[in-house]
Amino acid sequence: MGEKKLLTGDEAVARGAWEAGLLFASAYPGTPSTEILENLAEYKPDVYAEWAPNEKVALESAIGASMAGVRSLAAMKHVGVNVAADPLFTFSYTGVTGGMVLVSADDPGLHSSQNEQDNRNYANAAKLLMLEPSDSAECVKFTKLGFELSERFDTPVLLRMTTRVCHSKSLVELSERQEAPIIPYQPNIQKYVMTPANARVRRAKLSDRFQYELAFSEGEAVEMGLNRMELRATESAGEHIGVVCSGVAYQYAKEVFGENASYLKLGVTWPMPVNLVREFRSKVDKLYIVEEVDPYMENQIRAAGIDCIGKEVIPEWDELNTDIVRKAVFGQSSPTLTTELETVARPPALCAGCPHRGLFYALTKRKDIIITGDIGCYTLGSAPPLSAMHSTFCMGGSISTGHGAAKALEKAGSNLKIVAVIGDSTFFHTGVNSLMNVTYNGSNIITIILDNRITAMTGQQQNPGTGYTLQGEIAPEADIPKLCAAIGIKEENIFVVNPLRLDETNAALDKAFASDNASVIITKWPCILKKLQGEETSLYESLGNVCYIDQEKCKNCKICTKTGCVAIYNGDRVEINEAMCVGCTLCIQTCPFDAIIER
Amino acid sequence: MSNTKAILLVGVGGQGTILASKILSEGLVSAGFDVKMSEIHGMSQRGGNVSTQIRYGEKVYSPIIGKGEADVIVAFEVMEALRWIEYLTEGGNFIINNYEIPSVPILMGAAKYPQGILDELSSKAKTRILNANAIAEKLGNKQTQNIVLLGAAIRALSDSGDTALNAIAWKEIITRNVKAAFTEVNIQAFEEGLRAN
Ligand SMILES: Cc1ncc(C[n+]2csc(CCOP(=O)(O)OP(=O)(O)O)c2C)c(N)n1
Repeated sequence: MGEKKLLTGDEAVARGAWEAGLLFASAYPGTPSTEILENLAEYKPDVYAEWAPNEKVALESAIGASMAGVRSLAAMKHVGVNVAADPLFTFSYTGVTGGMVLVSADDPGLHSSQNEQDNRNYANAAKLLMLEPSDSAECVKFTKLGFELSERFDTPVLLRMTTRVCHSKSLVELSERQEAPIIPYQPNIQKYVMTPANARVRRAKLSDRFQYELAFSEGEAVEMGLNRMELRATESAGEHIGVVCSGVAYQYAKEVFGENASYLKLGVTWPMPVNLVREFRSKVDKLYIVEEVDPYMENQIRAAGIDCIGKEVIPEWDELNTDIVRKAVFGQSSPTLTTELETVARPPALCAGCPHRGLFYALTKRKDIIITGDIGCYTLGSAPPLSAMHSTFCMGGSISTGHGAAKALEKAGSNLKIVAVIGDSTFFHTGVNSLMNVTYNGSNIITIILDNRITAMTGQQQNPGTGYTLQGEIAPEADIPKLCAAIGIKEENIFVVNPLRLDETNAALDKAFASDNASVIITKWPCILKKLQGEETSLYESLGNVCYIDQEKCKNCKICTKTGCVAIYNGDRVEINEAMCVGCTLCIQTCPFDAIIER
Repeated sequence: MSNTKAILLVGVGGQGTILASKILSEGLVSAGFDVKMSEIHGMSQRGGNVSTQIRYGEKVYSPIIGKGEADVIVAFEVMEALRWIEYLTEGGNFIINNYEIPSVPILMGAAKYPQGILDELSSKAKTRILNANAIAEKLGNKQTQNIVLLGAAIRALSDSGDTALNAIAWKEIITRNVKAAFTEVNIQAFEEGLRAN
């Protein structure tokens, strides 16, 4: 027996991929998938792992590695698969050379996402063999198996995880790495050049592939225990309940239905082993389908004419837990304590010393603007008291939605000005394309790139602008001002400022607002949580010292509280929590009475 | 499953709940329990709340705890104890660090920190109140308040009949998980937590 260790699902996927002889991995960060690549990076030099600027690039790079004959992996959060969907659907046609696993980490309950889409639907739409692990041991097992099945059926394999699988720790038995043979490259134009003529041929093969995979899902997968019936003891009495489940919902079901029920636990959920479900149905009196989010399994089971109970009782959105399932099925919940006392919410906020705060504070002073936003820590600029963001859809969307709005407002004769706000990592992700559209199609929006020198929201990942790679190598820094100029922003309309200096920031905003052309302001100052290295240590020395309020001078006008700084306490008098203050001095610049002083 | 125990650790980002949970779960694994631990820390670095859930027993299925299912709630902050009250099982234990961290609406002056939480919770459930921050500060390292609370949690579990926990080599596990320079103070913090009542 190998060593047993408590691993998160993400750590376990990395472990399984390493054990399976993985050579190439790429990803763009996104909760709850980020730690997969962060952990794979630790397996150097066995595994080469990199951050891609976006998920499409990550997947395409993994496709290239597979085509070149090695086992490859791409990982992303659920919405990342939307970005990567274009290559994905066609990659399903070409199939693989080296085994390829795509990890989709879904987020039922929207713990840290902009939507709750159920990516099992992608398996159906793109015809991808899908595996759904339900704990960390299965994460290792299914990842390894994924590479084998990928090579055997000539298909990319979708490993579908959810937040609770990714971020829960459970016991895993470790094994050694087994190198996978590198398949020598052979050009194969019919397989890999998806002209309509070649793609038609490949499409026809998909139908055969489906039949083989279905036979696997209903046959071998059952023998291997991947799709398994756990039948209740024959001496059990009472109504025989059967439960079909997969992923973490299996764990909840086991707790709620207990020993007196039977289970059909599915590890392979595309192709759905419908005949297996039918056989299981014949053994039980009543069949429940317990699954999070969409009725993905249920729809296929019903379409096969199998009688079952699913979303009429199980919630169709938000994550499940034992309590929710028990209430849904048996109408009972555990007794709970209640209280009349009301809790105050604890929403996240920009950190004390966050450079984004300076920019947003400056924006609150501008009238007649629409601020189109994007996704990152800076989305917190939409929260009170700053409330300086009016839309957020998806990564990279701020500049393009702003462009469209600007064109529409121009037609409508409105004088509202558009300001698009986007982070550095998000700009490299897909914002660049949108900025090209701004210059090409000539809108006069102000784009503000919040260059905090890191991908902060997802926990400090390097990106093309930071000068380092995932595995710690030095890399060239993408030069944002030059990039903007090359796209066609006029040099005199490109400004680089320190957003924690309000005078600098306001001066750039004045010029940008006065211009008839598109402009770009780059607010350049590192995230307060960033561990500076190399020349950044001297470039970005602290701005000032911890601040306090001279209560003699303070007129209690509360203007400093409008920054929303979490180190400022707005009680009867305004006070600064010196344990939290990092000396960014933004509040000093807002005080009309010189009442805030550095220690 | 009835022979499974559930512990919920709740607090605010930066309070060290995750390290405490890690030590706790490693200890439970060393005692031969099946253990699952789940954490939600999406925005914790930005002052949001953090929760870690640990379930252990002979065989554990669900990694998370439903309402009314936690045997022990260790609250690193007072208002967080109140937030999770519905998760405590009948007869369960609260261990509360008597330490308040105002959240953003309170800082902004838009809400008031709720008053009388400790009295309210003590009147509803078995509640131990600790000044873990003060204890840690006295030991000379404020950061160790999480280990004080860990000690108190283990004491509560063992008092409620889980004597298997007494045999676990906690100090060894703590040593493995903290920087060498801080081993001594963390072990002291742990002992203070075990003693606190
Ligand atoms: C398509 C997609 N991929 C990934 C994410 C996850 N995600 C949210 S914010 C963010 C990073 C933002 O970084 P940056 O633009 O540098 O802003 P910062 O957080 O540093 O302010 C990522 C990767 C997402 N929401 N959508």
